[in-house]
Amino acid sequence: MRTLVRPAQYVALAGYILFLGFPLLWLISASVKSSGELNSLVVNLLPQEWHWENYSEALARQGLVQSAANSAIVALASTALVILIALPASYVLARLKGAIRAAGVGWILVSQVFPVILVILPLFLILRTIGLTDSLVGLTLVHTTYTLPFALWMLQGYVAAIPVELEEAGSMDGASRLVVLRRIVVPLLAPGVVATAMFSFVSSWNEFFFALVLLQSPENYTLPITLSTFIGGEGKVALGPLAAGSVLAAIPSIVFFSIMQKKLTGGLMAGAVKG
Amino acid sequence: MTVLASPRPSPPRPRRNRAPRGIERARRREAAALVMPSLLPILVLSVAPLLMGVLLAFTDAELVRRPDYQFVGVDNFVRLAGNSFFWESFRIGMVWAVSVTLLQLVAALGLALLLNSGLRLQGLTRVLALIPWAMPPVVVAIMWKMIYSPNAGPLNAFLGSVGLPDDINWLADFSTALPAVIVVGVWVGMPQTTVTLLAGLQQIPAELHEAAAMDGAGAWRRFWAVTLPSLRPIVASITSLNFIWNFNSFSLVYVLTEGGPGGRTMLPMLFTYLEAFKNRNIGYAAAMGVVLVVVVVLLLALYLRSQFREDRTEKKG
Repeated sequence: MRTLVRPAQYVALAGYILFLGFPLLWLISASVKSSGELNSLVVNLLPQEWHWENYSEALARQGLVQSAANSAIVALASTALVILIALPASYVLARLKGAIRAAGVGWILVSQVFPVILVILPLFLILRTIGLTDSLVGLTLVHTTYTLPFALWMLQGYVAAIPVELEEAGSMDGASRLVVLRRIVVPLLAPGVVATAMFSFVSSWNEFFFALVLLQSPENYTLPITLSTFIGGEGKVALGPLAAGSVLAAIPSIVFFSIMQKKLTGGLMAGAVKG
Repeated sequence: MTVLASPRPSPPRPRRNRAPRGIERARRREAAALVMPSLLPILVLSVAPLLMGVLLAFTDAELVRRPDYQFVGVDNFVRLAGNSFFWESFRIGMVWAVSVTLLQLVAALGLALLLNSGLRLQGLTRVLALIPWAMPPVVVAIMWKMIYSPNAGPLNAFLGSVGLPDDINWLADFSTALPAVIVVGVWVGMPQTTVTLLAGLQQIPAELHEAAAMDGAGAWRRFWAVTLPSLRPIVASITSLNFIWNFNSFSLVYVLTEGGPGGRTMLPMLFTYLEAFKNRNIGYAAAMGVVLVVVVVLLLALYLRSQFREDRTEKKG
């Protein structure tokens, strides 16, 4: 009985690995298959012949490159904004006690379960009034607002990890508060800022719902929207290039998550959840 | 929040007073100044819209260039009560959210236990476990559409090779569409749940398990008597979060099926979205949104209350 436990565990683990990993493997394999092989009934994970042209074909599609550029612009701009405005606020959030901190943390938690469907209607009307629907600027503002709570949460965790004694030592030596912040807090915070920036970038890069509602003209589409039109009712796009485009679209987030792997499994999210 | 929203616009006083109280006040003003830039977009682009959204639900607003709408009281809600399509979609949403949340919990708990039991291949599995989390929802949907593809998909090919029917059109068949999207939902949501439960497992003191083993409890007993009770608070919080996330989910199913076939996967968020942006009845759609939010909040309150009550009776006993 005892000896059977380990093998059974490995069988279960193999099942998980298959379930979690196979879809991505399949996508990657489809991205290097010829259209003939993709439409045939032959199903093999390794392509009969490697067909890298799918990638060049995907990139040759005018819309895809344009949308990737749009996505990158929105993601970079909203990341910069998020860091800029979250950095000071996260410091306050981490160092202050009492009602303000409680309210801030409470809001961050509520924002995790925000009913976007209810918010999007007036948001659309507001943005239309100021002419920011169907505009990358408007989308950037929306992404900034909706990434902000979690970014604040991440950053304040990093601030809290910096011992207050360091700051006190700095001001004992006669440094002004501003100097303490700039010389002591900000450098120590750099890794946290990098992690938060990557998180913001990926959230914006992956975001679908707001982009779907707010953007109307194809030249403004972000990458997820363009990809989704490729497979919609009228989209009759060859599977190979579609798979290649999808792989390219997934790269930023996969890079981020492999860098953050240790942190994520180390309980950063657990902390966020437990509040 | 309101404290921060209205910082007293008192003119800065000459800072001659160096007493602790003065410093305290300066600190406060400084804090308000540091928080302002974050607060402003949140107030304008998320708190205000939320309140406006609730107000919209009581109007007959339509999505037209020159909006001209008036308050119609609870008309929208009365109409909604008799809208059988909405309630059917609501039912589908509940089936989706409850089954995805439960399956996620069971699957993630299994994986977390495996990852916590000192097997080889842990590094690989941890990375793999995070992949679904990393993927953009649109790419996930495209990927699974390929898996489910009726004539060139690996799923049907596999079924055929073991002698089962291999011509099922998973996402277009009335009976398989909802289960098929639920599987994708579980796949997407597993990482976060696994990571959270794993962190919880690692916090359980090893002494508890050792003591139970000394008392002669087998692995199965230890799981029920030690592991599960210690995880209870984490399970409660992650399932409530998962439930809300799943109930609110939109992109995945929108790209996978657009609510089809025949509305079989028409989650309430999709239904509301179509009412607002295809039928252009914003007021009516806002009423749907309000109903959805209220129901979710009520369900969660009930769930969390029952969890806490069980906790308390257990401690007493």
